[in-house]
Amino acid sequence: MSKLVNFFKSFLLLELLKGMSVTGRYFFARHITVEYPEEKTPQGFRFRGLHAQRRYANGEERCIACKLCEAVCPALAIKIEVAEREDGSRRTSQYDIDLTKCIFCGFCEESCPVDAIVETRVFEYHGENQGDLYYTKSMLLANGDKHEAQIARDRLADAQYR
Amino acid sequence: MMELLQTLEQSGLELLGPFWIPVWTLIKIFAIVLPVMGGVAYLTLAERKILGFMQVRPGPNRVGYWGLLQPLADGIKLLLKELIIPAEANKFLFVAAPVLALAPALAAWAVIPFGEGMVIADVNAGLLYLLAMTSLGVYGIIIAGWASNSKYAFLGALRSSAQIVSYELAMGFALVCVLLAAQSMNVGDIVRGQSNGYGLMGWYFIPLFPMFVVYFIAGVAETNRAPFDLAEDESAIVAGFHTEYSGMGFALFFLAEYANMILIAALTTVMFLGGWLSPVPFLPDSIVWMLAKMSFLLFLFLWFRATFPRYRYDQLMRLGWKVFIPLTLVWVVVVAAWMQTPYWLW
Repeated sequence: MSKLVNFFKSFLLLELLKGMSVTGRYFFARHITVEYPEEKTPQGFRFRGLHAQRRYANGEERCIACKLCEAVCPALAIKIEVAEREDGSRRTSQYDIDLTKCIFCGFCEESCPVDAIVETRVFEYHGENQGDLYYTKSMLLANGDKHEAQIARDRLADAQYR
Repeated sequence: MMELLQTLEQSGLELLGPFWIPVWTLIKIFAIVLPVMGGVAYLTLAERKILGFMQVRPGPNRVGYWGLLQPLADGIKLLLKELIIPAEANKFLFVAAPVLALAPALAAWAVIPFGEGMVIADVNAGLLYLLAMTSLGVYGIIIAGWASNSKYAFLGALRSSAQIVSYELAMGFALVCVLLAAQSMNVGDIVRGQSNGYGLMGWYFIPLFPMFVVYFIAGVAETNRAPFDLAEDESAIVAGFHTEYSGMGFALFFLAEYANMILIAALTTVMFLGGWLSPVPFLPDSIVWMLAKMSFLLFLFLWFRATFPRYRYDQLMRLGWKVFIPLTLVWVVVVAAWMQTPYWLW
């Protein structure tokens, strides 16, 4: 008996029609594609995009050249040289991040004791020549100056979870 | 409309004399080939859009409004690409194969009636001509696979030839049923045989419903479309028979595949869905019905592709030989016996 039922089931293409009803329903469903340049997905305040170096409100750079970020970086993307400034404070003479090596894990940001190196929400950047994605200290500081307001807001939003 | 065409033909005959006949034939050919090519171009867009919608994404929408210029962009891209001929290939056959694939797909349109009297060649053996032309298309694929001198292309061609041999039979038997019902090989007469004053009820898909399904499925197999696209099984044998083709060679195979799809849709419409006949008695018959029915069948082609996974090769052979051929053979006998009884109403 079940053999007969199976025979008619396959003969009347029931399962195929079932499958087609599923795709047929989805034909009328709203598409869920985010059409990128016009639409963008929402970002969280922990978004890890382009790096930046921050300053204190008085304009003094935060970085104290402790090299924790360089040590923790799993991709070895950070290179730091240390020198003593005229006023006797310990500062970096060179602070480079090779963005072609960086894996955007956020460890540098986590390890920093003074919140100097951060990752911003900026993800729409590119390089047109070899070396364009090798960010030096001045470029990172410039990034920080440009996005400081947003960076500060994001730190504040994240503070209550720490 | 008909009178206008006749006056045009008369004045042309007076103007050009004996040279008019080839000119007039060329005009008629272009009147078929250009719309078919346009249909092919926009069928590719329709396919990508419909597949997109069924997968909850918008499909191409960047080139022109709603992606409407996408086929144009694709065509120009393929035209400008380099045509690479493999060093070990048989050059003559390699170049000839895409042409051999496309030409029968276009030639078959000669006997397809789009409306009452709207046919290039009103031949009495139209059905035989159609069977011959749809079978010829596979030679392009087989030759392409062999001439490429590549293992993937060769495998694709082998699969394609075995598949066509299997499904051609079922397709032929399904058409024998139509032949029995219409008692004519003339494609126009087959359509006329389906008008009995009750619209939809007169079409052959009602008494021959299993044959209609078998014919359409075999048609999907004949055109190497999903789920029967083993000839270009891209997840197993790269791109099957057109692995080695680039640029315009590839474009011609692409055109042939879609022209064949449109052809199978037109054939199914003519054989089973009453061609240009209106589905309800109170609306006039016209070419619009023919195009609407073809569009519906083409939509089914794309719907199948969005839904079904590819057949395994042994399953494909099982379906062809152990299901379709016995079924069609039985139905030929059933129809022949049925026609001897007074209950045959078509």
